[in-house]
Amino acid sequence: MRWFWIDRFLDFESGKSARAVKNVTLSEEHLHDHYPGYPVMPGSLILEGMAQTGGILLGETHQFQHVVILAKVPKLAFHSRVRPGDTLIYSARLIEAREEGGLVEIDAHCGDRLVANCEIVFAHLEADAGGAAANQKNFVFEFGLADILARSQQNG
Amino acid sequence: MPSQQEIFEKVRQTLVDALGVDDDEVTPQATLIGDLGAESIDFLDIVFRLEKSFDIKIPRGELFPENLTAADSGFVQDGVITPSGIAELRKRMPHADVDKLAANPKVENIQELFTVEMVTKFIGGKLGA
Repeated sequence: MRWFWIDRFLDFESGKSARAVKNVTLSEEHLHDHYPGYPVMPGSLILEGMAQTGGILLGETHQFQHVVILAKVPKLAFHSRVRPGDTLIYSARLIEAREEGGLVEIDAHCGDRLVANCEIVFAHLEADAGGAAANQKNFVFEFGLADILARSQQNG
Repeated sequence: MPSQQEIFEKVRQTLVDALGVDDDEVTPQATLIGDLGAESIDFLDIVFRLEKSFDIKIPRGELFPENLTAADSGFVQDGVITPSGIAELRKRMPHADVDKLAANPKVENIQELFTVEMVTKFIGGKLGA
């Protein structure tokens, strides 16, 4: 399984906002354990999708030159459940983008139904920070996540 | 121009939002790290919120200087801040109570410079209050 929690970008306005889609399907293994007989997409993975949408929005402002890591989730609220067959739309707005990090607001909807909303603070890891964190160099982008953006533009 | 009290109230709300503390914990003397439980990443969040709340720009390192105690800075020796280190702190943090630190210049006391009052003074200076 690949750690992609968005399928495609629907809109991408550099330095401002992005909308990404995640189609939820019963073929996702974890849904059969969460919960047996009643599959619900885990909130942690909805947050991951929001973070991937927001992280790419921020990373793109610096042409993915920084190591963008999720530093803090100051606000997060879940409002409704996500079931197989649902189409999640993550809408991210870039509030701050600075040399040392950024702040993104994101909400998740299924149709008109609000699923979750959050604020995420991302930090840019210094290249000379060393240690395990630095070894995950661009962990968000290294696994081809940023390619989702490129592919979405081709699709468009 | 807002009064110091008005600035303090907005700083208080910023810290309540960023750190999840109760508003009565945010007193002028409270230290961000020791009393309010701030971690390094919270400083970035606090800067974002202050900029938004007061409609100002806070350049990197201006409110919360970085690398003050780097090994090669010459500002710390045997766990104590050197006189040149104290002078540097006065220069870089005119909004902080460096006198108090100078009286007991252990390196671990640096974090006591980061008080709610320091933030309020910094914002006051930015706004020309």
